[in-house]
Amino acid sequence: MALKGNLRDFTITQLLNLVNLAQKTGTLVIESPQEAARITFRGGKLVYAQIGQEDTSLATILRLNKKISRAQHKILKERAVNMSDKELGILLINAGYVSQEDILSSLQSHFMQIVQKLFTWVEGFFQFDQDAQPPEDKITVRLDLENLIIEGSRQLREWEHLQDEIPSLDMALKFSDRPGTNIRKVNLSVVEWSVVSYVNPKNTMRQIAHATNMSELEIRKVVYGLLQAGLVEIVRPGGASIAMPKKMFPTSNREEQKTLVSRLVDRIRSL
Amino acid sequence: MQTLKIVVTGPFNAGKTEFIRSVSEIDVVSTERKITAEAEKVKKTTTVAMDFGRITVDDDLVLYLFGTPGQKRFDFMWEILSEGMLGFIVLVDSNRPETFREARSILQTFKAYAATPYVVAANKQDSPDAWDLDDMRVALRLDPEVKFLPCVAVDKEKVKTILLELLYTILEKMEAGK
Repeated sequence: MALKGNLRDFTITQLLNLVNLAQKTGTLVIESPQEAARITFRGGKLVYAQIGQEDTSLATILRLNKKISRAQHKILKERAVNMSDKELGILLINAGYVSQEDILSSLQSHFMQIVQKLFTWVEGFFQFDQDAQPPEDKITVRLDLENLIIEGSRQLREWEHLQDEIPSLDMALKFSDRPGTNIRKVNLSVVEWSVVSYVNPKNTMRQIAHATNMSELEIRKVVYGLLQAGLVEIVRPGGASIAMPKKMFPTSNREEQKTLVSRLVDRIRSL
Repeated sequence: MQTLKIVVTGPFNAGKTEFIRSVSEIDVVSTERKITAEAEKVKKTTTVAMDFGRITVDDDLVLYLFGTPGQKRFDFMWEILSEGMLGFIVLVDSNRPETFREARSILQTFKAYAATPYVVAANKQDSPDAWDLDDMRVALRLDPEVKFLPCVAVDKEKVKTILLELLYTILEKMEAGK
């Protein structure tokens, strides 16, 4: 079914979060008023990215990352014009010009820069095509999205937006139960670590802000990043074992309450 | 006469009025007015105070269904409506991802009012543009244990299923002693 919409309503960070948590495979096409970008994922990992009409040849990416000299770049652009990136990569490794690690790290850096640029896009449309793959001749990588998601969240500056996301600081945080989340693999800033150290259903976000000497805006920014990365969840303070309010039933007798609900169930079934 | 109350909430145009209308035995008492905000003119009228529906169980027991106003500037009504509720249902329009963030915010707000059970329903699932439930669950950041159900608010059977799932959740919580 459709996974498409407007960036004004669904940000790049939220899209990456969705792709990451749902471990999606496919290509996210984003069209801003200025240019278009294509980001390809496999199993929730970033594998390829392209923006606008820029030169995405391996030779140019290696040059931008200072893995080859200007002269080498010029020669490659002239003589390897008919070679695919994969062929060129093998040639360069065999010739001892670069290592496999040089190529992969250059591509990873290039793709990350593209995604970071997308974080500044607030206008445009997106569509996720689960069948679209990167061009055959291109080399793909495998990049975890968590750090990119956190980076995108750091760029968020809109106070109202954050307030919408986290309307009450009187709620608490707990670490996500989601399997597969490994906090050791995530790069957190010192400020984020200071908040993480207080994550406990007994502590409200307001208390954490007070303990870490943060403003409401600052704590919201940090919590937003942690939420987007799926590391924590917002819960009621004091843990989950809060009794239901007594006034919801006309009687305080537990068995009578159950009987009332059971009668409701029977009635609704019969509608 | 004993009365119980369930609240149906969700963003603007999520289908709350239709939801209540599908199962209410009385014509829904709806306090609708013409839309004033330009950005929200996807329908002609909206609920400004509440929708009110009723299901009579027997001579001694009645269930009231309250629908909250969808537009944000009427959110002062939410806390009043949530008082004493048995549980609540959050309706989300599966076709409008721009409302997902607001739905999350509404859910958080209602959770803060009271520790009552709730379910979340993805409305308009019969539309070809509807988002998948799995994608919506991630976008709405719902815990795995939260019941997230497909819904078509104009379909009585679907609405009954949502109500029953909420009641089952209430019973489960009572059995668990919460």
